[in-house]
Amino acid sequence: MWKFIARRALLAVFIIVFGSLICYAVIRMLPSSYVERVARQRSTMPGSPGYQVILAQLTERYGMDRSILSGFGVWGANALRGQWGNSWFFDVPVTRKFADVIGYSIALNIITLFLEMGLCVPMGIAAARKQYGRTDYAVTVIALACVSLPVFFLATLLKYVFSIKLGWLDLYGVVGRYYQQLDAFGKLKDMAVHMIMPVATLTLANLGGLTRFTRTNMLEVLNADYIRTARAKGLPERVVISRHAFRNTLIPLITYMSYLLPGLFSGSMITETLFQIPGIGYISYQAMTGGDIPFAMFYATFLTVLTQVSLMTADILYAAVDPRVRVQ
Amino acid sequence: MPIQTGNPATPPAGGAGRLDDEARARSLSPTMLVFKRFVRNRLAVVGTVMLAAMFVFSFVGGIVSPYKQEQTFYKTGAVWKEYASLSVNAEFRYSVDPGRDLPTAARAQFILAMNAGKPDFSAGGLDYRWEEIGEDLRALYGSTEIAVGLPLAGAYTFTAAPGADFPDGLAAAASDALGAGLDAFEWDGGRYALARSGKRATVSALVEIALASARVFDAFTPKDEPAVAEYAFRRAALFAIAGGADTFSYDGRTFTVGAEGETSVVHEISPDGERTEFAMLSPYIAQGVTPDIRVTVAFKDAILDAVRAREGSFSYPDPDGADREYQLSSPKPDTYTVKRETLTQLYDVEARPSAAHWLGTDSNGMDMLTRLMHGGRISLMVGFIVVLIELFIGVVVGGVAGYFGGIVDLCLMRFIDLFNSVPQWPLLIIMGSVMDTLEIDPYARIYLLMVVLGILGWTGIARVVRGQILTLREQDFMVAAEAAGIRVSARIFRHLVPNVMPLLIVQATLSLGGIILTEATLSFLGMGLKYPLASWGTIINAATSIYTMTNFWYLWIPAGMLILITVLGFNFVGDGLRDAFDPKMKR
Repeated sequence: MWKFIARRALLAVFIIVFGSLICYAVIRMLPSSYVERVARQRSTMPGSPGYQVILAQLTERYGMDRSILSGFGVWGANALRGQWGNSWFFDVPVTRKFADVIGYSIALNIITLFLEMGLCVPMGIAAARKQYGRTDYAVTVIALACVSLPVFFLATLLKYVFSIKLGWLDLYGVVGRYYQQLDAFGKLKDMAVHMIMPVATLTLANLGGLTRFTRTNMLEVLNADYIRTARAKGLPERVVISRHAFRNTLIPLITYMSYLLPGLFSGSMITETLFQIPGIGYISYQAMTGGDIPFAMFYATFLTVLTQVSLMTADILYAAVDPRVRVQ
Repeated sequence: MPIQTGNPATPPAGGAGRLDDEARARSLSPTMLVFKRFVRNRLAVVGTVMLAAMFVFSFVGGIVSPYKQEQTFYKTGAVWKEYASLSVNAEFRYSVDPGRDLPTAARAQFILAMNAGKPDFSAGGLDYRWEEIGEDLRALYGSTEIAVGLPLAGAYTFTAAPGADFPDGLAAAASDALGAGLDAFEWDGGRYALARSGKRATVSALVEIALASARVFDAFTPKDEPAVAEYAFRRAALFAIAGGADTFSYDGRTFTVGAEGETSVVHEISPDGERTEFAMLSPYIAQGVTPDIRVTVAFKDAILDAVRAREGSFSYPDPDGADREYQLSSPKPDTYTVKRETLTQLYDVEARPSAAHWLGTDSNGMDMLTRLMHGGRISLMVGFIVVLIELFIGVVVGGVAGYFGGIVDLCLMRFIDLFNSVPQWPLLIIMGSVMDTLEIDPYARIYLLMVVLGILGWTGIARVVRGQILTLREQDFMVAAEAAGIRVSARIFRHLVPNVMPLLIVQATLSLGGIILTEATLSFLGMGLKYPLASWGTIINAATSIYTMTNFWYLWIPAGMLILITVLGFNFVGDGLRDAFDPKMKR
């Protein structure tokens, strides 16, 4: 088991290093006029240290004057020591900005994840129990519709209906206008109300995948011999489903969750942008469209690390439960 | 349509009787089998219909539509446009004798001399003299020296200038005037100026060239305009006002002058004693913005009334008698602009749905439905080309990895892992931002976008191909192929890949929906395709402005619905195909 974990961790480190190397190479391969133009635009802003300083800072931090490989070494050494440079767009260290905003994204994504589990698993099981029945068709259509619905269109529709036509919720932001005047409970309530639409958008957008995954797994389990045995014993259907079948679908489900998490974080970028939730997605979007190379590099590395850690956790969990995986 | 959409659980009409040997044999043909299974799936049929509708809408609709993709539409609308202006005239306006000439240089010198208080000035080698006739009237003369006089025993002796006529009577009059200390005198209908320097005196003959006055002449009726513009009339009127006279005559006609504050009105008295308004003299200039607008005296009066009353608007009857609203504004002191609503051709932007434009027009005045049709073309084309790129890379990499296995497979699979770990959205957004900064041509952008999306998306297909080939290559027909000595490339691409085809078709159909979604999202964020090209994403991009989203549902909801229907169609069909190809792996 330990050997498996060590091998898997080694692979993760390998992928993280080469993944960020690819990101670094892409940024290095941008036309140099682009970098210079961004530095020039940056230097015209009030309070900026000046064009030459920005260019020199960029050159030093990213090893721009070296070859891609040794430049990556310079960047990597700095990054390992926690020196990610100053964000061009926000003019604060990238890591500080990240620490400021990540809380919103974590809250948004964790709520979404739990809500999704609460919705998708029952729907998937219900669909599997009556394969080709009315419920099954309905669940399939709903799941596919959620997969096919563009996130931005869903978010805009929600805003149109609930903010503009009904006037129940605010269009944007994470707190209301009178947030400062509220007491502690009122503040919490205000934030919760502002989270309704983003959470709904994210949940609906990710509903399809998990539902169909649950359904497929459940179908597989329901066709297994031990279910037939359980039924033959005369157990009530409720017990067959909840005790015998559902427990066996839990393993793939939990591993699927860890695949889901990094996807949620990168997928919440558009949702956060549309609702102007100042989480990592919206902030990175602003930074990237503003040509903020330090922040873009940081965000790309963050996503790579998050993906690899989640995948690694999933694999190790799976291996812990299913010995056949370890052998391979 | 001979498609059975009935419940798949119930046997087709006719029951078991139809399943004779002939029917069985026919249904055993693999293609037919797949088709039958596909057709029995209600969702797949619905998806096919949705996709067919979208293709017809996009590819046929663009041809059938009477409008072009970039055709803009116009409407006529009322816009407040500048109509006339009124300003206070502070400068002298010159009325020049038609037989004489007053060059611009002389006018400038006149102003200088007047400010310096000197009566004589010269310009362009000619001498001039000005005299004040009244409070607001100066006469300008051309002056020619005709004689020089020297005092001799109390009287002047004159020497005529060469070529000048200097009769004795004039000499006597000049002597008298000099003796009386005058600057100018009249003799025999002519006017003469005197200048002294020391004992010498010069006599100059004066010829009236022009009158300078700050007053502006306006005729009451167009037919009187030529008369009012006449020098002789202006001279008579100005002299009458300066002299305080009530009446004057010109061209055998009699006129009266009456002053009302800063304006004076000239009436003509006909021989039978009837008074008609003839001209107005005022310190205001009123002009139309174009030469064909004639500002009448009455209209000018109306503007003046509004100005004096400090009102922002006033109404004045049209020639046909209907009252019309005018707006008054003052862009700078002593200048007023009059605006009125004018019918103008405007871009027909954000028009409501109508018979001519079923889904209205967008913010550029282009027909929405036509834009949607052309946008669908681009969205679908982008999807297909990206899938082709993905299939090409995916089949080559997956085929090679699956066929060779071992270390090749391991390396390629780790490479795919690596590739998958690179976050897609940051790359796409940086790409878009770079293309924005470098101002890449919208048409070149499409191709770049297709290539980038294709390169980012091939790994799924490669995995599927590899997994399938890993099992296929162990089968007997591959042993046979190897024994026959067929080349490796032919073995992979002619014997293995066709066996993967069904799975490839399923995979391609399912990823088409995803690509269309990605392209639409990028375009929605403004990072994908750009105006003037339409794609469903760029059209729905209008909804990023709250104003458009709130007020013009028809500018963004149809595009969103089209994306939804198309992607849903691809997903239904892909799902149905998967079931049909492989009944064991039922959804």
